[in-house]
Amino acid sequence: MTTAVGPRTWSRRHLLDVDGLSRDELETILALAVDMRNVRAGREHPSLLEAETVALAFFEASTRTRISFELAAKALGATTVDLGVDRSSVSKGESLVDTLRTLERTGVTTVVIRHSDSGAPHLAARETGLRVINAGDGVHAHPTQALLDALTLREFFGSLDGRMVVIVGDVAHSRVARSNIHSLQSLGARVRVAGPAPWVADFNHWPGVEVATSLDDGLRDADAVMALRVQLERGAESFGDFVADWRLDEDRMALALPGAPILHPGPTNEGVELTAELANGPRSLIGRQVENGVPIRMAVLALVCGAV
Amino acid sequence: MRDARFGLLTDRPATFVLVGGRVIDPSDGSDEERDIAVRDGLVVEAADDAERIDASGWVIAPGFCDLHAHLREPGISGAETIASGTRAAAHGGFTTVCAMPNTDPPLDSADAVGAVVAAPASARVRVIAAATRRRAGGELTAVEELGRAGAIGVSDDGAAVPSAALTADLLARLASLGLPLFEHAEDASVAGGGVMRAGPAATRLGLAPWPPEAEVAIVERDIALAEAAHARLHLTHLSTARSLDAVRAAKARGVAVTCDVTPHHLALTDEWVAGSRRFAWEEADPRSELAYDGRCRVNPPLASRDDAMNLLAGVADGAVDAIATDHAPHPAESKLVPFAQAAPGLIGLETALSVGLLTVEAGRLSLSALLAALSTRPAAIVGEKRGLRTGERADLVAFDPAAGWRVDATTLGSASANSPLVDMELPGVVRLTVADGRVTYRT
Repeated sequence: MTTAVGPRTWSRRHLLDVDGLSRDELETILALAVDMRNVRAGREHPSLLEAETVALAFFEASTRTRISFELAAKALGATTVDLGVDRSSVSKGESLVDTLRTLERTGVTTVVIRHSDSGAPHLAARETGLRVINAGDGVHAHPTQALLDALTLREFFGSLDGRMVVIVGDVAHSRVARSNIHSLQSLGARVRVAGPAPWVADFNHWPGVEVATSLDDGLRDADAVMALRVQLERGAESFGDFVADWRLDEDRMALALPGAPILHPGPTNEGVELTAELANGPRSLIGRQVENGVPIRMAVLALVCGAV
Repeated sequence: MRDARFGLLTDRPATFVLVGGRVIDPSDGSDEERDIAVRDGLVVEAADDAERIDASGWVIAPGFCDLHAHLREPGISGAETIASGTRAAAHGGFTTVCAMPNTDPPLDSADAVGAVVAAPASARVRVIAAATRRRAGGELTAVEELGRAGAIGVSDDGAAVPSAALTADLLARLASLGLPLFEHAEDASVAGGGVMRAGPAATRLGLAPWPPEAEVAIVERDIALAEAAHARLHLTHLSTARSLDAVRAAKARGVAVTCDVTPHHLALTDEWVAGSRRFAWEEADPRSELAYDGRCRVNPPLASRDDAMNLLAGVADGAVDAIATDHAPHPAESKLVPFAQAAPGLIGLETALSVGLLTVEAGRLSLSALLAALSTRPAAIVGEKRGLRTGERADLVAFDPAAGWRVDATTLGSASANSPLVDMELPGVVRLTVADGRVTYRT
């Protein structure tokens, strides 16, 4: 495959988190994702991953991430298998490590793993010979979401240098927020987290991150606003006063800089984090985020598998 | 399983001369190069015909006393037994281990205590019996009877005695026996299921935070209750500077409170969970490929760097009475799971001296303070004398502080190998351990 990208910076067998990725590595992924999008649009079916068998091991529910990984792997010619956790030996109590070692023995080369425990992909990488791509672990990381968010924002702004990106809501329980903080900072953006104090207070110690506990302070001078899913399943107490104080709508977005776009990683709790009008309105980049999912995951798969 | 390095306390008393070692005896503050002659288990002036062991370059100190170990017997012998756990002790220079009662069933009866004390072993085993029946936190055990059976104190280790009222009753009864409560200071309702010390690393890693107030709340409660009851209180595995502050203040008021800290709370930090393998006095170096290692899960969780440094200062100035291992063996599979599901605890008997020597090499602790915290000071808490003077029962460790060793899972005395220190190079090799006049370990 020919691409317009220059020399690639990549030597990793796994994508476990965003923390350790250098700016060059991030740029490599983003540039390759743009190529991949063009490849897909051109109905080319490169066989970069012809020799690979990619297992989708989703120990937690997912629609867009699982499907976009599957489409990405297939678009590059890989064989895919879906572990189907609810009908596999996992439901009989088999340990994570044993399950993954079994996959490895059957010929799987790469596993895309989602798990409710932070660090599960790290365990997989240490204890098996599989290449491991983290598709979301506990409240720790969701690297490909952060990468597709970065691509979406980059294509909107051109450059993220100096841009203020505000992440609003249940930051404490958000793996999306944690990964975005790393990638946005690496790409030159400034990051503020805003939400009810219990959801943001721990981030006071995060290097370079601003913390705001009111909507006014939160959205001031914001170049872009990223709403998060309120994670009832991860211990957020209730929607409570959140809707009254924090739900984003067109009026409240006026606190941000004019024209500031709104993002949301999905799935939304309808009418909780933001109004339908905002989600479907002209500021919304939510559709672009979803569209960028497959090319980002194609790029990640190709890099991790050493195929480009 | 026979391993020629180890002996038993029932073996014949030993006769030998250690020649030319540096003898450090915290019981009298001496630190001098001299020979130590032992005949039939007693320290004597000379033993001319005895085997002469070249101890030049070695340090000889009173045998170590561990105030906190899990020997897992009865009931959990896949992880450890009294035999294997005391071999680990002997390998680490310990001549006494205090066994915690959270076995299956718990050590909550005189018979259970007696069985543990009587088991063949490579170190003296003292028993800390359960504070509540079945360690369930409801009804107090028959502490008077347990004391008569040989228990040196009581604890519900793994948990604090749950209610203040129950603790007050317990302390009143212990006061008349002169026995301490060994308290695992953790308020479960404050800990809230946290698996990693609250702080920047826990936030970054997305692991449920364990707030230090969980410990401080029980420390302050117990000090107040022990003070009122004129009872002895021993706070084990302290992990926060604020707990130690409370202990310092209580000691200054004359409260009969003592405390220990583990080697891993002195030298390792919460950044180890993030994959760093640098010690508390070094800059952390978190590495993704080592992050979330279940072997770094322990309760209380590995401390912040500030807390570790404060606790080290406490060992140096004596506010911390002892270094105790909280040796907690677990089978490998209970650690090969996502971090939050890993069984808490790590083995420590065989690496305690080495980790202590790291703090000495780093200039954070004197060798004599380290040895006092491992030997004479904990021994005093359980009523054991230690000394290397003529006429005393030989009870000592001889180690080469300049030699190093790789922590090799296959040569440990313990039946388990759950420690992040496994495969690391550490300073200090134990050459000889003598417990109650018998050679329990020798290479």
